[in-house]
Amino acid sequence: MEAEDPLERILQVSNLRKLYPVSRGIMDVLTRQPRRYVHAVDDVSFSLQKGEILGLVGESGSGKTTVAMSAMGLLDPSEGKILFNGEDMRDLSRGKQRLKLRREIQMVFQDPYEALNPRQKVFSIIAEPLEVHGLTRSWEEKVEKVKAALSAAGLKPAENYFDRYPEELSGGQRQRVVIAGALILNPKLLVADEPVSMLDVSIRAEILSLLRELRDQRGISILYITHDLATAGFFTDRIAVMYLGRIVEIGPTSQVLTNPQHPYTRALLSVMPVPNPRRRRQRQILHGEIPNPINLPTGCRFHPRCPDAIGRCRQVDPQLQTVGAQHTAACIRLDEIHAEDKENKEKVEHAYQRSLP
Amino acid sequence: MLEVRGLSVDYLSNGTALHAVENVSFKVEKGRSIGLVGESGCGKTTTMLSLLRLLPADGRIVSGQILYDGMDLLQLSEHEMRGYRWNRIAIVFQGAMNALNPVRKIGDQIAEAIQLHDRLDNRETRQRVGELMEMVGIAPERARQYPHQFSGGMRQRAMIAMSLACNPDILIADEPTTALDVMIQAQILDLLQQLQSQLGLSIVLVTHDLGVVAELCDDVLVMYGGKVAEYGDVDTIFNNPAHPYTRRLLEAFPDVDSPTSTLASIPGYPPPLDNLPAGCRFEPRCYRKTDLCTAVSPDVIEIKPRHFVACHHAEE
Repeated sequence: MEAEDPLERILQVSNLRKLYPVSRGIMDVLTRQPRRYVHAVDDVSFSLQKGEILGLVGESGSGKTTVAMSAMGLLDPSEGKILFNGEDMRDLSRGKQRLKLRREIQMVFQDPYEALNPRQKVFSIIAEPLEVHGLTRSWEEKVEKVKAALSAAGLKPAENYFDRYPEELSGGQRQRVVIAGALILNPKLLVADEPVSMLDVSIRAEILSLLRELRDQRGISILYITHDLATAGFFTDRIAVMYLGRIVEIGPTSQVLTNPQHPYTRALLSVMPVPNPRRRRQRQILHGEIPNPINLPTGCRFHPRCPDAIGRCRQVDPQLQTVGAQHTAACIRLDEIHAEDKENKEKVEHAYQRSLP
Repeated sequence: MLEVRGLSVDYLSNGTALHAVENVSFKVEKGRSIGLVGESGCGKTTTMLSLLRLLPADGRIVSGQILYDGMDLLQLSEHEMRGYRWNRIAIVFQGAMNALNPVRKIGDQIAEAIQLHDRLDNRETRQRVGELMEMVGIAPERARQYPHQFSGGMRQRAMIAMSLACNPDILIADEPTTALDVMIQAQILDLLQQLQSQLGLSIVLVTHDLGVVAELCDDVLVMYGGKVAEYGDVDTIFNNPAHPYTRRLLEAFPDVDSPTSTLASIPGYPPPLDNLPAGCRFEPRCYRKTDLCTAVSPDVIEIKPRHFVACHHAEE
């Protein structure tokens, strides 16, 4: 990707922080315990270019959904700023501007079985946004638009789907209907929250390819939220890896996957199942689970589970630092881990050389 | 150890019989694991339920044998069958971790599974619960907690502990890692591998995730439209697949080691049970189809020792 041009940014998130207060029990109130907070997202910054696909990857509890909800203007950030097309999200999500914002940002949800009203026919599901936004003047125009949206989502011939109910459609077709419903408003940004995780493997590629085509043809930007690095690798331009409310590594997809820097990214990659038994590898399993975001670990949030942690990690909260072109990672031991890596690689090569006849 | 021969299962729907599974044969060998792979509706879950004779009321096993150490489970009375279910063959159902009783303690729920099948007094039962929990990596103190205090991964461990209550020889796991995060998924796979080597368990893994199969299984049975498409050891299936469906399925699976911009997909949809193609079930979606495929359904042939394929144009 070329150097960033600020004018080409569709979305810019700066120092986003979202805290949820924890309700206090009667004993907490009586003993005057201070109110505690869930730190769902803590100081997250990133930007999304026009026509770019960014993957937000993390486990449950990493804060990726909170980031997405804030980016859509559905959640008010506790701190920080979100610019959509150069304008402040706080203003956009209120008053008259709101309808416009809702047109320009659309969403594709995880479960196409639940996202569609079972009692509505496909035509009225897709036409509904047009009515909500008052975008059709005549019946003919409405039919035309619905037809175009269905065809763009790969449901052809579109007329055949008008009178179908969601239950008559397969999972892949339903997800296409959801996508058609999002497309009909010509959005600038599409937020896709695990759009393929409920679908069979044989049709996942189809749906992701469809989304990518829409990007290529219409220049729609996509924020792809997933826990699956493998589909993110196939689909995205850049990947941001989140852990416990922070971005720990962000960079161009090929860089993050082939040259991961943060120990968490490396561990995640090592446990991705590889579809070939000859490449079964040493899995770097992290024990336990993402800790509770109320009592955050001191220093680096990842240190209690980090295989490379040292004493200093308990004290220093690492900041993102540049490790390559547009590639940053937040770890204080990057250089040392690199050195160890190199040493190991040399050892392996040395052993290999000696094993040769 | 467990051998399925020519299993066919029908579902009755409005007076017509739908052939959900047809002529499926495979073996579960001692201490080995087999993966049942296929898309939704391919009959893998029906096959698995048949092993325990737990089909829903409208399902009928029409023909075939399920031999456990030479004894045909389909000939047993319901009472005799109960001696096999859970004691010899146990199962972790799909999404079962969400089926834990929310108002009973985890330990009590595991104890119930033990007491239903074994006559142990309370002290022995408690001890056994402790052993089981330790075996699956849950701290025994947590027996007194309720399901809502457990995370998804921990609940799945509890379900695995429960299935091991009666020392089964065969563990059937239906999508055990679907809906879990990657890291938790790796933890559960690791646990299954450990249990397999510690207890000499045989594992039947039902899944649509080829990555999980490649990591865990020794043998693979690929099913399509209720029939066997291909059956062989894991290396053959992944590195030398002969059935066009297996090939396409592998190409559709993203590989994190070699991120490419092209992923194959298989156009079309699996055949609906009430409208099966006359010839090969995969013919409408196949890239190698000929007139023969449209007319005649291929038999399962052993093209190499222990490598079975059902295709007229099995590729070497």
